[in-house]
Amino acid sequence: MPVQLQVNGRSVTVDAADNTLLVQALREHLKLTGTHVGCDTAQCGACTVHVNGNAVKSCNVLLAQVAGATITTIEGIAAPDGTMHPMQAAFKECHGLQCGFCTPGMVMNAIDLCKHNPKVTEQEIRQQLEGNICRCTGYQNIVLSVKQGAAAMSV
Amino acid sequence: MGAIEFDKLPHIGESVRRKEDYRFLTGAGNYTDDINLANQATCVFVRSPHAHALVKNIDVSKAKAAPGVVGVLTGADVAADNINGLPCGWLITSIDGQPMKEPPHPILAQGRVRHVGDQVCMVVAETLEQAKNAAELVEVEYEPLPAVVNVSQASANGASALHDAAPDNHCYKWAIGDKAAVDAVIKTAAHVTKLDLYNNRLVPNAMEPRAAIGSYSRATEEYTLYVSNQNPHVERLLMTAFVMGLPEHKVRVIAPDVGGGFGSKIYLYAEDVCLTWAAKKLNRSIGWTAERSESFLTDAHGRDHQSHAELALDKDGKFLALKVHTDANLGAYLSTFATAVPTILYATLLAGQYSTPQVYVEVDAWFTNTAPVDAYRGAGRPEATYLLERIVSRAAWELGLGQDEIRRRNFITTFPYQTPVALQYDVGDYHACMDSAQKLADVAGFAARRAESEGKGLKRGIGYSSYIEACGIAPSNIAGALGARAGLFECGEIRVHPTGSVTVFTGSHSHGQGHETTFAQVVAARLGIAVDQVDVVHGDTGRVPFGMGTYGSRSISVGGAAIMKALDKIENKAKKIAAHLLESSDTDIDFANGEFTVRGTDKKIAFGAVALTAYVPHNYPLDKLEPGLNETAFYDPTNFTFPAGTYICEVEINPETGETRVDRFSAVDDFGTIINPMIVEGQVHGGIVQGLGQAMIEDCVYDTETGQLLTGSFMDYAMPRASDFPTFKLGTVCTPCTHNPLGTKGCGEAGAIGSPPALINAVLDALSSLGVKDLDMPASSHRVWQAIQKAKA
Repeated sequence: MPVQLQVNGRSVTVDAADNTLLVQALREHLKLTGTHVGCDTAQCGACTVHVNGNAVKSCNVLLAQVAGATITTIEGIAAPDGTMHPMQAAFKECHGLQCGFCTPGMVMNAIDLCKHNPKVTEQEIRQQLEGNICRCTGYQNIVLSVKQGAAAMSV
Repeated sequence: MGAIEFDKLPHIGESVRRKEDYRFLTGAGNYTDDINLANQATCVFVRSPHAHALVKNIDVSKAKAAPGVVGVLTGADVAADNINGLPCGWLITSIDGQPMKEPPHPILAQGRVRHVGDQVCMVVAETLEQAKNAAELVEVEYEPLPAVVNVSQASANGASALHDAAPDNHCYKWAIGDKAAVDAVIKTAAHVTKLDLYNNRLVPNAMEPRAAIGSYSRATEEYTLYVSNQNPHVERLLMTAFVMGLPEHKVRVIAPDVGGGFGSKIYLYAEDVCLTWAAKKLNRSIGWTAERSESFLTDAHGRDHQSHAELALDKDGKFLALKVHTDANLGAYLSTFATAVPTILYATLLAGQYSTPQVYVEVDAWFTNTAPVDAYRGAGRPEATYLLERIVSRAAWELGLGQDEIRRRNFITTFPYQTPVALQYDVGDYHACMDSAQKLADVAGFAARRAESEGKGLKRGIGYSSYIEACGIAPSNIAGALGARAGLFECGEIRVHPTGSVTVFTGSHSHGQGHETTFAQVVAARLGIAVDQVDVVHGDTGRVPFGMGTYGSRSISVGGAAIMKALDKIENKAKKIAAHLLESSDTDIDFANGEFTVRGTDKKIAFGAVALTAYVPHNYPLDKLEPGLNETAFYDPTNFTFPAGTYICEVEINPETGETRVDRFSAVDDFGTIINPMIVEGQVHGGIVQGLGQAMIEDCVYDTETGQLLTGSFMDYAMPRASDFPTFKLGTVCTPCTHNPLGTKGCGEAGAIGSPPALINAVLDALSSLGVKDLDMPASSHRVWQAIQKAKA
């Protein structure tokens, strides 16, 4: 069944089987491969995108559930000229990524949590990133990145 | 150029932000599953639900007839096409002179399955859903057999045997050191500390699951394999020479962006061969990406050692001899480097940082009905460090010495130092690491912090770990003498372009380590150009001349050294060109900061101008010198490198609940020269969390009766999360490596090696007043609580 939605500012129609997950629609139909799949139990958070402005694990949502919604993926947050979003820039500055696989989900979740809480503390960051697993960084620089990103976003 | 001059160059020691980050941060990374070739089909593997069974019959007729199915292949097809099993890359010889048992490792089951997840059949279809549906129609008739999952089951009399070639499940008995001498010392020593411990099995869990795409061109007769792998040339070598009998020049292996490896992506896996083979057979490009549950079942696991150790000491706490026996669980088949991990990479590190005169280590390796076990971040060295640092702290407690004091009394202080277990340490300063770590950890304030915790009804403990590792793997001749079936050099190519920018081709694959930046810093520093003028290419046998890959913290010390050698050649040739242009002799030319100067004059020419001349050779010594500026070098190290350090962990425990919290963690490492401190610190952070993960929460558990994996998802296997550990304090000491041109030692594994014993020693220190003397990893709250209850009873 065709499903219409806004993805990264563009109106798109995805004609896919009813059991298609949002992450499959993004990766396989729209070729937005920046959103990753790292597990099969909705634990790792690598597939996190924004649905109507809120961070959502796209492996856990059917495409049909988000008909008409506004979706933003990691490909959609930099400025049109390619300048990175302040959160992306903070991750680079603070070395908040290594292999890069969990990074899109981390950044999307981080933007969401900072938007709701611009003065977020280290403890809150650590708790709210609970649903995003990183195997490389030990999280320390991710926490720094999110703190710095939060400050830059509220400027 | 030598290490001392290198260390003074611009960009060396600078935290240059990573060149690779933009693509990863904007979703433009290119991981294997992101690639979709023309006409690409999808593969699903039918896997064994049994830990051990005979395969009586496979009926694929219904699957073959299912919608969208391109082909269904079984072990019979593999046998008919004469595809060999997977090879083991390291031959271990038992103490009786017999070679290790090397049973076949089929890419699809040949009449028998030996662990849950063992691959039985591959189903290729147009879409993933069609492949999954068809896979369910494959009818496999199994006759279950009893399973053995741990070393005590495997070694029991009458145990169910996995392989005809190893009827007692025994792969080898290997030893190093002088047994008689060690026994004699232990018999007469003033004190002998004994310890039994289990180094828990781990699942590597790189965040990108394994993935591969096989393709074949009938037009060129060339295979291309995209694969999430740490060493594409090794993958190609093993696959072509040992398994498929293909000419190497007809096989291209590309490891694009790889989402973490930690060892688990070193190996040649059955799926990689299946996809390559089937791509030609079915004339289709075929992709496969592991689901996380498949990764749990089939990625090579880590650790799983059961050990007994005895440390003999004199009355002053000086170590006299160490004796160790270890039973290593190798899993169902020999993975690529499995046999080297509990031997060469383990026993040789058991001298640690100490001047123990005698060490004897004996290792029995066993087959079990579990996933193969191979190198995982540290590979043998964490197992050695955990054992040694546990028994050293236990000896301190038994003798009433401080954990620091007993270490200081035994530290090696003169270098080079020949250990009794084959290695020769070139350089180090273990007292300096200990001093620095104690300052960083504010050890002086520990007593006050402990009193404060006691006041809250909590127990506080401090744990030490002084690790050493052998990195920069490895001198090929020594590795060969020890059983390696490959060389362990590295290759680098420097291509200077006409306008002076540079492309570097390296055999060291980067899957998170930041080589694209660190290696660019090395080249930029040497040539006096900007870091952004240097690009680093890796991970493609079609572009990089050769490579042995990334593991054992070897990239900068071996791959970087190859680049340094190639840069020497570039510099030599460029000096000749400059000498010609400046009408001088090349022996009078100096090169610094990107400029060639004639010594004692003001004549000079920039590197870029020399590069241009090399490619536009109008005014050029064509009779003596080829045009162009492009050099390749191979570097084979003359020794291992020996990173070392001291880690101090402080925990606070609620004795009522067992809840254990890491309150402080301080790590001081000696990595020799550091090129990019930001990247090095990131490696240490990640390593520490992997080590603390092992020590506190991670545990791979098989059911001992059925052989089913009980921890087969992120809901059952505890992965460290952001809230599990505090912010760490890091420090460094620098004694540059003496035998490579950078002075580097490697930093990728230290954190995972040094941290587990620091944590367990801290927990035991905290619980000593409650009578708890022993605890196996992981020290989960539940297990800590159990230990407290046991001590009370």
